[in-house]
Amino acid sequence: MSGRLRISGKGTARARRALAALLAVPLLLGSAPLPAVSDSAIMAEAFPRTLSEFGFFAGSPDRPVAALRPYDLRTPLFTDYADKRRFIYMPAGTEARVSGDGLIEWPVGTAIIKSFGYPQADGGYRTIETRLLLRRAAGWVALPYIWRADGSDADLRIAGGRQPVSFTTPSGRAMTISYAVPNRNQCKTCHETSGEVTPIGPRLRNMDMAPQHRPAIAGADWTLAVLPRWDDRAQPVASRARAYLDVNCAHCHNPRGSASNSGLFLEYERPPSMTTGLMKRPVAAGRGSGGFDYAIDPGHPERSIMLYRLRSLDPGIAMPELGRATVHEEGAALLDQWIAGMEQR
Amino acid sequence: MKLMQGAMAALLAATVMTSAAAAKVIDVAAGEGAQQRLQEALILAEPGDTVRLGEGVFVLTDGLSLDVDGVTVRGAGAERTILDFAGQQGAGEGLLVTSDDVVLRDFAVRDTRGDGIKSKAAHRIVYLNLKVEWTGEPETSNGAYGVYPVESEHVLIDGVFVRGASDAGIYVGQSRNIIVRDSVAVQNVAGIEIENSYNADVHDNVATGNTGGILVFDLPGLPQQGGHSVRLFDNIIVNNMTANFAPAGNIVATVPAGSGVIVMANRDVEIFDNVFEGNGTANIMITAYRYGEMSEGYQPLPVRIRAMGNLHGRTGFQPALPGGAEMAAAFGGNLPPVLWDGAGGPISIADQVGAISLGLPDLTQPREAARPGPVDLSAPADWPRVPAVVLPASMEAAAAAE
Repeated sequence: MSGRLRISGKGTARARRALAALLAVPLLLGSAPLPAVSDSAIMAEAFPRTLSEFGFFAGSPDRPVAALRPYDLRTPLFTDYADKRRFIYMPAGTEARVSGDGLIEWPVGTAIIKSFGYPQADGGYRTIETRLLLRRAAGWVALPYIWRADGSDADLRIAGGRQPVSFTTPSGRAMTISYAVPNRNQCKTCHETSGEVTPIGPRLRNMDMAPQHRPAIAGADWTLAVLPRWDDRAQPVASRARAYLDVNCAHCHNPRGSASNSGLFLEYERPPSMTTGLMKRPVAAGRGSGGFDYAIDPGHPERSIMLYRLRSLDPGIAMPELGRATVHEEGAALLDQWIAGMEQR
Repeated sequence: MKLMQGAMAALLAATVMTSAAAAKVIDVAAGEGAQQRLQEALILAEPGDTVRLGEGVFVLTDGLSLDVDGVTVRGAGAERTILDFAGQQGAGEGLLVTSDDVVLRDFAVRDTRGDGIKSKAAHRIVYLNLKVEWTGEPETSNGAYGVYPVESEHVLIDGVFVRGASDAGIYVGQSRNIIVRDSVAVQNVAGIEIENSYNADVHDNVATGNTGGILVFDLPGLPQQGGHSVRLFDNIIVNNMTANFAPAGNIVATVPAGSGVIVMANRDVEIFDNVFEGNGTANIMITAYRYGEMSEGYQPLPVRIRAMGNLHGRTGFQPALPGGAEMAAAFGGNLPPVLWDGAGGPISIADQVGAISLGLPDLTQPREAARPGPVDLSAPADWPRVPAVVLPASMEAAAAAE
C-alpha cells in the first residue's frame, strides 16, 4: 500500500515539475498554450480518438497535469498484477458531494482516470492503457485508451485488444501474459448498476486521498473510510476477505449488477448466508463448479467453488471473468485461510 | 383533441421514417482482425442498424458483446456464417447481449469456452435460425448453455439448433413470457430447460440424444423464484439416452439418462400432445426440490401438473435411478412412463398410462426411503388451464421477416 501511495506522490511531484516546465515555455516562445484539461472533450457527446484531446497528461503517461487529483484504494481490484494510477478531475468551481450512504455524487464534467502499467526489468515503467469514466449530462461513459509504444499519446480502442506483457509478481514469479484491454461493453459489464454505467472504486469508505485534495469532496467524513485493507494482517481475516470480495466480486455480484442472476451477492455489509455463498449450490456455473457442491463449503477451501474459480485461468471457469490472465495468489490465499477457518457444517 | 392526436401521429410517423431512413447495414467480413472489426461494429451500431456478417469462419479470440438496443445481427445462414471460439482467451460466453429489441439470426457459434450466446436483461430478444455447437463428442469440458437468455421479459427462440452443451442446450432462466419453438436440441445434458421462469410455451421442438429432453425446474437462492405457467406441447422427445456428462455439483448432473420431461418445483405445468419414445428411465418425471438447503420464500413442491394427449412409445426399459433395475423388474421389466416422487400435487395424467410414486411426500425423507408403487393419477384436473404465451407483435414480425 505504501508503495502505491509513494507512486501517486511521485506522480504529483512530476506533474508539478511538468507544469512548471510548461509554464516556462510561453515565456520563451510567447504563444504556446497552457496545458489545460478540455472540459468540452469530457462533456461533449463525441468519443475523442486520442487521449491527448482531454489534456490530462503533459505528453507522457508519467506526467499528469496538476488539475488531476491522485487517489488510491484501500483494497483495490486485482487486474493481472497491474499497477494502477488513479486520478479524479472535476471542472473548476465544481465539487463532489457525499450522500447519506457514503456514495459520492460527482458533478457533470468529472473524469475518473485510471492508468494500468507495469514496472519493467530495466527499471523503467510501461503504461499500457488509460481508462476513462466520464460524467456527461446523460450519465457515465467508459472509454479505453491504449498508449503508443513511444508513450507520446494513447488511442481510443473501443473494441479493446490484447498485448503481450512481461512482469514479476510480488512473490518473484516472472510472468508473460496476454494482457486484455477491455472493450467498451466489457467496461460496462463491471461498471453496471441496473444497466447504467457507474463508478465502482472511488467510494468514500475505500478511498485514500491526500488531505489537500479532500476538500473537493464536500460533506465527506474521512473517518468513515472503514473498508479494511485486504492485506493488513492486523485486521481480522474475515473482514479482509469480505473486503476483498466486495472490491473484486461485488461490482457484478450484487442484486443490480451483471451477475444478479447468480443469486450470489458479495457486498461487504451483507450478512453471511446462502446468498453470500455459504452452502450455496451452483446454478449456471457449468464446469465452473469443478465438481463441487457449494460456492463456500465452510472449513473446506479445497472443495469450495469460489476458490476453484478464483484459481482457474480457463475462460469458461475463471472468476472474475475479466482482467484475469493470472491467478491472484495472495488474494486466493486470503480466501483459502478464511474458508478453512470457518466452522464445518 | 383530435387535432392533437393527428399532430402526434404525424410526428410519430416522421420519427419512424427518420429512424428507418437512418438505419444502416454494417457489413463485417470474415478474415484477418475479425475480433476487432466485429466487436467494433457491435459497439458502433445504432438502434435500427443491422450488423451483417459475411460468409465464412470468423476466428475469434475473445467474447463478443452487444449493448445497443434495436440491433439485428444477421449472418448468411447457420451453415455459412460461423463464429469460431476454439481459440477464445477470455469472457464467460461467445456472444453476450445486454440490450433490448435485439434480433440474432442466421449464423452459427462454435466451440465457446463457456456458454454459447447469453443475453441478460435483454428484453424482447429474438434468437432465430441459429446453430450453437460444441463440435466434439459430448464432454464435460464443453460450455454449460448453448443459448442462454436470463432475466428477460419476452424471449423468442425459433429455429435454433444446439448440440453438445454440458448443461442445457436451450436454457431460459429467471425470465417471463417465453416461446421456444421449432428448435432442435441434440446431445446436450438437458435438451431444453425452463428454469425459475414464468409463462413459457415450448412447442414443436425436437429433443433427442440428450440425457434429459425437456426440463422445467425451479431452484432456490435466486432473485426470481416460483416458476409457473409452462406449457410443453407438440414436441418430439425421443431417445434421450446419453449418459450424463454435466460437471458434478450442478443440479442437472443428477438428471438420470433416459429422462423425457422432468418437472421440478413448478406450479401450473401442462404437458400435452407430445411424442415420447425410447427414453429409458421415464417419459414424464415430476419431483420436488430435494437437495437440502432452501432460501426464504422458496416453494419446493410441484403443484397442479397435468398431462394429456401425449403418445408414449417404449420407455422405462433402462431406468438410471438408484435401484432402478430392481424397480423395473418388480414392474415386469419396464417402468411405466410417468414417475413421481410423491411430493406436492395435484397431478393429473390423462394419457391412460401407468404411473409410479416413490412414496416420498416428506422432503426430509432420503431417496433411500423410497417405497415405489403404482399410483393412480388419472383423476381429471379441476383447475384452470394455463393461458397461451403471446409475444409483442414486433417480435413475431422479426421472426417472420425474410
